[in-house]
Amino acid sequence: MKKYKIPHTFEFKSILELYAQWIKDGTLKVNSDWNKDLKIKFTVQDPCNIGRKIGTNKIVDDLRFVVKAVVGEENFVDMIPNRSNNFCCGGGGGALQGGHTEQRRAYGKVKFDQIIETGARYVITPCHNCHAQIEDMCHHYGGDYHTLHLWTIIALAMGMLGENERTYLGPDLADFGLDT
Amino acid sequence: MAEPIKLQEFTCDFKEEVANRIPEANFDLCLTCGTCTGGCPASEQYGMDPRKFLRMLLLGMDDEIRKSPWAWVCTMCGRCMSACPMKINIPKFIYNVRGSWPRDKRPKGIRGSCDQHIKSGNAMGVPKEDFVFTVEDVANDIREAEPEFSDLEITADRVGAYIALNQNSREPVTEPDELGPLWKILHKAGADWTYPTVMWGGENYCMFLADEEGWKYIMEEFVHHIEHNLKSKVVVNTE
Ligand code: SF4
Ligand code: SF4
Repeated sequence: MKKYKIPHTFEFKSILELYAQWIKDGTLKVNSDWNKDLKIKFTVQDPCNIGRKIGTNKIVDDLRFVVKAVVGEENFVDMIPNRSNNFCCGGGGGALQGGHTEQRRAYGKVKFDQIIETGARYVITPCHNCHAQIEDMCHHYGGDYHTLHLWTIIALAMGMLGENERTYLGPDLADFGLDT
Repeated sequence: MAEPIKLQEFTCDFKEEVANRIPEANFDLCLTCGTCTGGCPASEQYGMDPRKFLRMLLLGMDDEIRKSPWAWVCTMCGRCMSACPMKINIPKFIYNVRGSWPRDKRPKGIRGSCDQHIKSGNAMGVPKEDFVFTVEDVANDIREAEPEFSDLEITADRVGAYIALNQNSREPVTEPDELGPLWKILHKAGADWTYPTVMWGGENYCMFLADEEGWKYIMEEFVHHIEHNLKSKVVVNTE
């Protein structure tokens, strides 16, 4: 948009900004009580597009705010480095469709090691490409973490995650909150 | 034995070309400090790294640069540039290297996704009718199975919706059940939103392909739809 100077009056936002805003102003009522005793650990993958590439940590800080609100501050573990200094997962720039699979996986090994280092059971990936790459690396390098879309864990914390919406949860949470 | 470099024989056509396109790129200011390489996850793949690639540009090794597959291994993530003491724009350099490949030689997967997006508005090549059908279908299932969401309303191209929602097309196409949690959150927040059906895929493979024309076309069509048809105030990407 900026690049091509296409005139427009609407604003661009990431949904993470809206989630954070809604939680802050009480529009979206969430809490992390469900994880108080379970103490399941979560980390996040910062998408380069909303971190480093926008030149501020604003949105990736929103991401942390949302995640902490739904899993509990004490159950959130950051990777090092993170936010605008994060490492790209290796799935960006079209790499997942680019054909250099071996190189893509070698590229992602740094990220895989950072994830393992956190000890987290779940990696929340708000970007679709990151999700695919981080899941692929888990299989490839034999990790035991699970890769989640952010909405899954928000909906779970709000007690409204349906039966069909649990593909990416591990056995520890597969049935959590279901009446059955 | 390596031949000494003869400075008077230097021609750096490609460098001139790229520098003209990105005047702020500062290629000549590189200190060869290696900070970029040290923090780049693509370093060493195909025996290449950002500092070396940039050296090749500055030494006029144009053919070697264009032949190296490394331009497709770097993800243009920008970590090098943000750490570089001279703020050298390596991602844009890489983008221009990609763009210097004949279009039909660029990676098939990325090219195919870009072509589909130009043709059908999303990288998966799914007609918008199918997208709308899937959305309606999943919404119906939720309304029937979960009384709490019996009034869940999902719309496409609703004029005047405050938010136009742009989502990666892989989600409705390959994992439609993943739409549910997102919609429920929007529903609980009382969001006034709709799915645009013109260029509705949130992904951007033409950018990755360095297809300037394709990228521009997609953006123009999208912006036109939002500005003139839907009149939404905010475009929200789900990523
Ligand atoms: S970090 Fe910047 S100055 Fe240092 S080698 Fe890389 S491009 Fe050159
Ligand atoms: S943009 Fe490319 S060269 Fe720079 S750090 Fe990322 S992968 Fe490496």
